[in-house]
Amino acid sequence: MSTTERMTDSLDSQEVRADLKGMSQGALVRKRFLGHTAALIAVALLAFVVLIALTSVGIGAWHGWWKYTWQDTPKLIDGGEPTLQLFPFSLGEHPFGQDSVGRDYFAMTMRGTQISLVITVLVGVISAVVGVSVGAASGFFRGWVESVLMRFTDIVIIVPVLLLGAVIGYNLKAGFVLLGTFLGLVLWTGMARLVRGDFLSLREREFVDAARLAGASSGRIIFKHILPNAVGVITVNTTLLMSSAILLETSLSYLGFGVKAPDTSLGLLISSNQAAFSTRPWLFWWPGLFIVIICLSINFIGDGLRDAFDPQQKKVSLRRVKEQAQVDVPAPLTAATAAPAQDGGTTPEPGDGR
Amino acid sequence: MFSYVMRRLGVSLLVLLGASFLVYMLVAVSGDPLAEFRESTKANKDQLIAQRVELLHLDVPAPVRYFIWLGGAVKCVIPGQCDLGSTLAGQPVTTALSTAIPSTLQLVTGATLIAIVVGVAVGIVTALRQYSALDYTVTFVAFLFFSLPVFWVAVLLKEFGAIRFNDFLAHPVISGTAIAAVGVVSALVWPLLLGGSWRRRGITALVAGAVGAGVLYYLGVSEWFLYPGLGPVLVALTGAGIAIGITALLAGLQNRQALYASLTTVVLALIAMYALAPLLEQATLWLIVLLGLAAIGAGVLAGYLFGGYDRRQSMKAAGLTSFLVAGLVLLDRFMQSWPAYVVATRGRPIATIGSQTPNLNGDFWTSGLDFFTHLVLPTTALVLISVASYTRYSRASMLEVMGQDYVRTARAKGLSERVVVTRHAFRNALIPLATVVAFDIGQLLGGAVITENVFSFKGMGALFVTGLTRQDPNPVMGTFLIVGITAVTFNLLADLAYSALDPRVRVKA
Repeated sequence: MSTTERMTDSLDSQEVRADLKGMSQGALVRKRFLGHTAALIAVALLAFVVLIALTSVGIGAWHGWWKYTWQDTPKLIDGGEPTLQLFPFSLGEHPFGQDSVGRDYFAMTMRGTQISLVITVLVGVISAVVGVSVGAASGFFRGWVESVLMRFTDIVIIVPVLLLGAVIGYNLKAGFVLLGTFLGLVLWTGMARLVRGDFLSLREREFVDAARLAGASSGRIIFKHILPNAVGVITVNTTLLMSSAILLETSLSYLGFGVKAPDTSLGLLISSNQAAFSTRPWLFWWPGLFIVIICLSINFIGDGLRDAFDPQQKKVSLRRVKEQAQVDVPAPLTAATAAPAQDGGTTPEPGDGR
Repeated sequence: MFSYVMRRLGVSLLVLLGASFLVYMLVAVSGDPLAEFRESTKANKDQLIAQRVELLHLDVPAPVRYFIWLGGAVKCVIPGQCDLGSTLAGQPVTTALSTAIPSTLQLVTGATLIAIVVGVAVGIVTALRQYSALDYTVTFVAFLFFSLPVFWVAVLLKEFGAIRFNDFLAHPVISGTAIAAVGVVSALVWPLLLGGSWRRRGITALVAGAVGAGVLYYLGVSEWFLYPGLGPVLVALTGAGIAIGITALLAGLQNRQALYASLTTVVLALIAMYALAPLLEQATLWLIVLLGLAAIGAGVLAGYLFGGYDRRQSMKAAGLTSFLVAGLVLLDRFMQSWPAYVVATRGRPIATIGSQTPNLNGDFWTSGLDFFTHLVLPTTALVLISVASYTRYSRASMLEVMGQDYVRTARAKGLSERVVVTRHAFRNALIPLATVVAFDIGQLLGGAVITENVFSFKGMGALFVTGLTRQDPNPVMGTFLIVGITAVTFNLLADLAYSALDPRVRVKA
């Protein structure tokens, strides 16, 4: 049945109510995001992973609360079997087991997670900054600026990322920070195209003309007037970029072009232990599990943000809409708002008073 | 239009030139091609170095080398004159490419097609049942697939899909736990798919669970895994199911002529299954292609003869049904060769590496099976990770279309939901997908670097990575050139296709 269109209606009415209360755009977005259960779970999960990854093995000179570091080689206990128990919960001596040399795999996985996270954040920040700048400049100024920047984008798109990994690996053995930086410097192309598209349509709008007539400079129009309107596209795309960056890093490390020993990353851990799958499967499961957890939560956060910024496109928590509709909406609106919540083909016709 | 295409081609050429220069420079700084000799203690060290220097023109700076390479590459416009240099082993890059490209296409084409068909179908269905349990499940699974590292999936597939499955095939005894698990899974999945009221879902769950467990038990008892086959009964039943499904989708079940035409083709296929059996013993690829075309032809003819108020619909439905049922018959024939193939591979039928079993020398059927068993795992890995994005794209696109005014109009004028969905919504929802698909096909030749690596396929990706690790510039440049040209061309095609499919979009003439 035509749930989609009634969806939109119900959202509009929700919007109207919010406007009546006088909520700002930011508050609306926040409210919608907090209504997205999956995204909230994802935020909590990601925060948990970040927290244990940072505190357990520490950073730099600080040692964290875990008894081993990722380089210690304690004695092999029980063939390196994982000692983690969920019920009753206990970590044991080596919760994630040990590798063939006896290194504590929990510490190694945490170190790998740290590095993968750092690379992810670097890629997200750098590619967002570069992509937004290029996209904004070409979309706003058009003309030769656009031609030059977009052709440059085309060139960067077809340069293989693997090649860059090889170049960095050979010339700068300095490790993961540089790797993340350089990956960020090539992964901005999609962002630039999206932002350009947004700017192309936004610059024709009346409020831009108004700002220009009021004497605003180009910089002011870009940063104060247009950019805030494009912030949804930018945020969502950044999260998607970050989730693909974490997979890219692991792939590069897997092929030997990314993070290299003696340092470690989640991809490198899997790559160096794949032959041991039949004898020590845990060496293979844990890093993979962490990659999936991180990537999955970032994807869900991105999905939540997209819904929050662009309610026309996607869902909000329908149950919430329905409940609120029944609690605080005047009677005439109720039928229209409550209708789509009873989906699955049994939607009553609007106005039948259900 | 013409001037637009010419301008785009010109710009693309410039972009390719710029990118190839950049790539050449990057390759030049990505390693030292002489490194393996510098530490060498061989007596003829200097001579080896001199050879390598001459081969790669290392005596001139990198930008000059680029133009030497470009000079050879430009000659590719003239047939037979192509000179992309040679690898360090002395093999011309053009030869290496001509073996790598078919291998890559073999690996990636099937995977991409399956991913597109499955992804679009799932996306459309979830869009039509937005916010159902099915929709939420598919969304979660899509995100999960998005988040899987391909090499992780590939290694898992190798372990469970090949090594352990082959172990199982050696002693195909199905345990009670496995039967129970399959029963529970099908009891969970079918209600999701079919939906309906809670009562209906409960009944579906019970029936599906019992049937699932029962089928698996029967397969185990009848040693189906050792001697698989469909047999005439199963072909007839599945064929009838296909006929009804296709007719319901394309023509609607109230169009009786279309239904009868489709069912007739199933009967024809069953007759052909026995009549053609001797001919199929000496099958070749061309014969199969010919028979496939004949099947479509027979179906279309059946549709034409049954006619009905909309002859085209009958022809379409019967033709498609006939093709699919012919596929079933083919599958059955392949299954009959399975025991022989298992013997030929010494009881390890599912392969983990490479693209064929060396020295197999089987007939069409065994070598066909060999082809499939080598492709099944890499294809599964590729489909798993790429199906998710097609699902999301087609779902979003379908949702948008279903909210359009013309869909409301179509409903308002009394069209059936089937016609609204298949004629009005589905076709328009495919337009934005055309761009994505064209773009992805443009990337196909790049190969699936990691999948090729895990499964030891010698395709474009492998050529590229080996070149990169050995500091061998020419194969790297060769693969880059092919990938770059196809990517640029298909981008152009995507834009043209978009404006052709959607008249609202005009190219800047």
